[in-house]
Amino acid sequence: MGDLQRISRRAFVFGSAAVAGGIAFGSYSGAAATMAANGNPLAASLGPNSVTFNPWVEISPEKITLIAQHADIGQGVGSAQVILIAEEMDLDPGQFEIRFAGPSPAYFNTGFKDEFAPFLAADQSPAAEEARAATLEYLRKTGLQMTGGSSTIPDTYEKCRVAGAVARETLKATAAKRSGVAMADIRTQSGDVILPDGTKIPYVHLAAEAATIPPVLDVKPREASTWRLVGKPMMRLDIKSKVMGELKFGIDQKVDGMLYASVKLNPAKGQPLQSYDASKALKMPGVKKVLEIKNGVAVIATNSWYAMKAVAAIDCKWAPSTYPAEQAGHWKVLENSFKPEFLGKEWRKIGDVDAALKTGKLVEAEYRAPYVAHQPLEPLNGIGLVTDKGMEIRVGHQSPQFVQSVAAKAIGLKPEQVTFHNQWTGGSFGHRLEYENVRVLAEIANQMKGTPIKLVFSREEDFIQDIPRQIAIARHKGKVENGKIVAADLKLASTAPLNGLLERSGVPSKDPDAQLAAGHWNVYYDIPNFRATTYEARGLSPSTTWRSVGASTAGFFTESFIDEMIHAAGLDPMKARIEMCAIPTYRRLLETLAEMSDWKGPLGNGKGRGVAFVEAFGTPTAEVVEVTATDKGIRIDKVWVAVDVGKVVDPVNFENQVQGGVIWGLGHAINCELTYAKGGVQQTNYNHHEAMRIYQCPVIEVRGLENDPKVRGVGEPPVPPAAPALANAIFAATGKRIREMPFNKFIDFV
Amino acid sequence: MIELTVNGTRHEVDVVPGMPLLWVLRDELGITSPKYGCGVAQCGACTVHIDGKAVRSCQSRIGDVANKSVVTIEGLDNRDQHPVLQAWIEHQVPQCGYCQTGQIMQAISLLQRIPKPTEEQINEVMSGNLCRCGTYPRIRAAIHAAAARKMAEK
Repeated sequence: MGDLQRISRRAFVFGSAAVAGGIAFGSYSGAAATMAANGNPLAASLGPNSVTFNPWVEISPEKITLIAQHADIGQGVGSAQVILIAEEMDLDPGQFEIRFAGPSPAYFNTGFKDEFAPFLAADQSPAAEEARAATLEYLRKTGLQMTGGSSTIPDTYEKCRVAGAVARETLKATAAKRSGVAMADIRTQSGDVILPDGTKIPYVHLAAEAATIPPVLDVKPREASTWRLVGKPMMRLDIKSKVMGELKFGIDQKVDGMLYASVKLNPAKGQPLQSYDASKALKMPGVKKVLEIKNGVAVIATNSWYAMKAVAAIDCKWAPSTYPAEQAGHWKVLENSFKPEFLGKEWRKIGDVDAALKTGKLVEAEYRAPYVAHQPLEPLNGIGLVTDKGMEIRVGHQSPQFVQSVAAKAIGLKPEQVTFHNQWTGGSFGHRLEYENVRVLAEIANQMKGTPIKLVFSREEDFIQDIPRQIAIARHKGKVENGKIVAADLKLASTAPLNGLLERSGVPSKDPDAQLAAGHWNVYYDIPNFRATTYEARGLSPSTTWRSVGASTAGFFTESFIDEMIHAAGLDPMKARIEMCAIPTYRRLLETLAEMSDWKGPLGNGKGRGVAFVEAFGTPTAEVVEVTATDKGIRIDKVWVAVDVGKVVDPVNFENQVQGGVIWGLGHAINCELTYAKGGVQQTNYNHHEAMRIYQCPVIEVRGLENDPKVRGVGEPPVPPAAPALANAIFAATGKRIREMPFNKFIDFV
Repeated sequence: MIELTVNGTRHEVDVVPGMPLLWVLRDELGITSPKYGCGVAQCGACTVHIDGKAVRSCQSRIGDVANKSVVTIEGLDNRDQHPVLQAWIEHQVPQCGYCQTGQIMQAISLLQRIPKPTEEQINEVMSGNLCRCGTYPRIRAAIHAAAARKMAEK
């Protein structure tokens, strides 16, 4: 591991409880036991003559239902995680229904064990693995069910196959008991148990009897070589219904007798309403009621549009923001945060940086990244009904348990009194980890007791209330000597996205925000003197997790700076990265990228190529961007991407996710920022915050590698390298070094 | 009461004439394939066909739509075999899928006007339809495939 010594990153993200031992998924029976340790929420609501073997499989006399514990926010996990179960159960697509999981500690996210353990992803030493096992046990105890951190496949890859294998073996045992045939002579295929004489017994016919025997836990999932579905190009289960316009998103749901609501909330995030005048709104068509809620007003109407129009007509007086009213003030606070009293943490230290930087020619640069909005195309919404018993809420969300606790807290209920039904969502990118719609829906439904309320945010309100991606400044210093990078001192000041989210989720952390280290400390180049430090700015806009989180800003800073130093050393950006890369798997990734893109150094003729490499959420991703400087501006021609995920579960969705991540990274780097004026954001629709449209979209060639010994996620990791690879390409084409996003402040794009 | 025809069926709705068609379809008639994305013709998620042309339903006042024929994706002729929908399925275009019905209705309209569009023509016509997930490479591929399929059928 060379320089990858043990580094204390943070004990655990959700506190620092002492953990002794731990259960690793070392054996499959061990896995089954770990999975069973937090109970099975399906048991409580099981119908007659039905069976559930574990929290992921339910069979009634009529149908087979597979549970998707992770929210599908467009990343395709509604399909991927149940396919893992179907693989082992010998089910074909179409033979089962999918249901989103309700809140339960049974669905604790095992995938967070790698991200939360205080080790670099590339460190797979026994000590690191031991810490991860301990983290897993901690996660089981806390029971946190959350979709995020590109963790769905790492979380479900093993446990969903084990869950399917348990179901299959128990069905076989049931059939063996019924028929008197030895289990070894029984097989399964396409939803049937098949006896040696060829008799087929559909699983659904075995449900009632299967419930009378203990589940077979000592199972061994199938060898990868025998897989029918996993690893093969497959038709995502939600594609057809989405194309046909039949899939119902949260915003499409309907409940009998419901009324429609829309809101106007204080643009100064989190601050209260002082007074309002709704006289105009009350006279508008379709309006039933105007309600005052904690930080704003709501209109209840007979149609969403009536509600939106009327709420826009309410005149509100707002309490001022607690953060600077104007954007310049935000930058000022950040500029002044590079001080010991704002120290987050010194995450990594190799060699003697201070001594190395005392002499010689230094490379110094400052980089900036603005607040950015999430703005998935489906605006925030939800349906809520409050009765004397509690609240029922239908909303697409990534954290079911926190929906319960946040809604409950808003209206004085206990979390268990809130019944949550997760929904298909039209994108998230981190937006559906926050709670604006949940909290105000609870307040509104509580004032409208007995009437179901469908809340829809207008696009403008959604922009105004969107808790943005962190704002950050980096001040990097380094030294190049004899054609080599010999020192790098990386410092960044930022708002804290993960700690902000945790606080709003009701589980505040006192630890430094580990997301600020992402893309900052996990630099895999062999630099003899290296230090990575974070500073946490206080008193700024709340910020939260935005697709790839910390690495979306730090990845840009780090890989731009590495590029600057490589150029200062007179080296080739690709060759230098390959030569400096200390991890064999990652080096192979870079070599693959060089081969894919046929990298041969400078192109000339106004063309330029840039490369960047970032590991985020354990997934190393390297990208080459090629641009042409035309007389009207920069045109992005082509992108090559290499990603190592250990195992590509679905090659089609994999490619789609990677391309989407690149487009997300490029589009926002080109033209998106949120700026504050008078306490609120100035960008309120897509014409102010456009990102990429089809005319700007380059050809994107993707290759998935399977060299990493662990199975990794892919939703976020393709984002961070996109911006620095583009900036590095622009430098190669024009000689102009852009150190601040969005780039269109400094150069035009066509 | 305002009368309108959607997918061949006549409806009467009791709303103000200024209400956008989008909200009549969604909240009054329960036709949910046209999506609300921006409300100001910036995203194209609400695209439907009015008298055969792709139109942003968030910008069409219901008072102006009376007596015209509105078609949403639910009402396309030969929907199960539609070459554009088939191409969209084969290429697995959607990620979250929220913008896709609008993308498809725009693409159908494009292919009706230009049976074999170039990249530039696709860019020009489809740039009003935003996709936050970044399915653009697949949208392009599906349009080319649908064009080829339509040609082959002729």
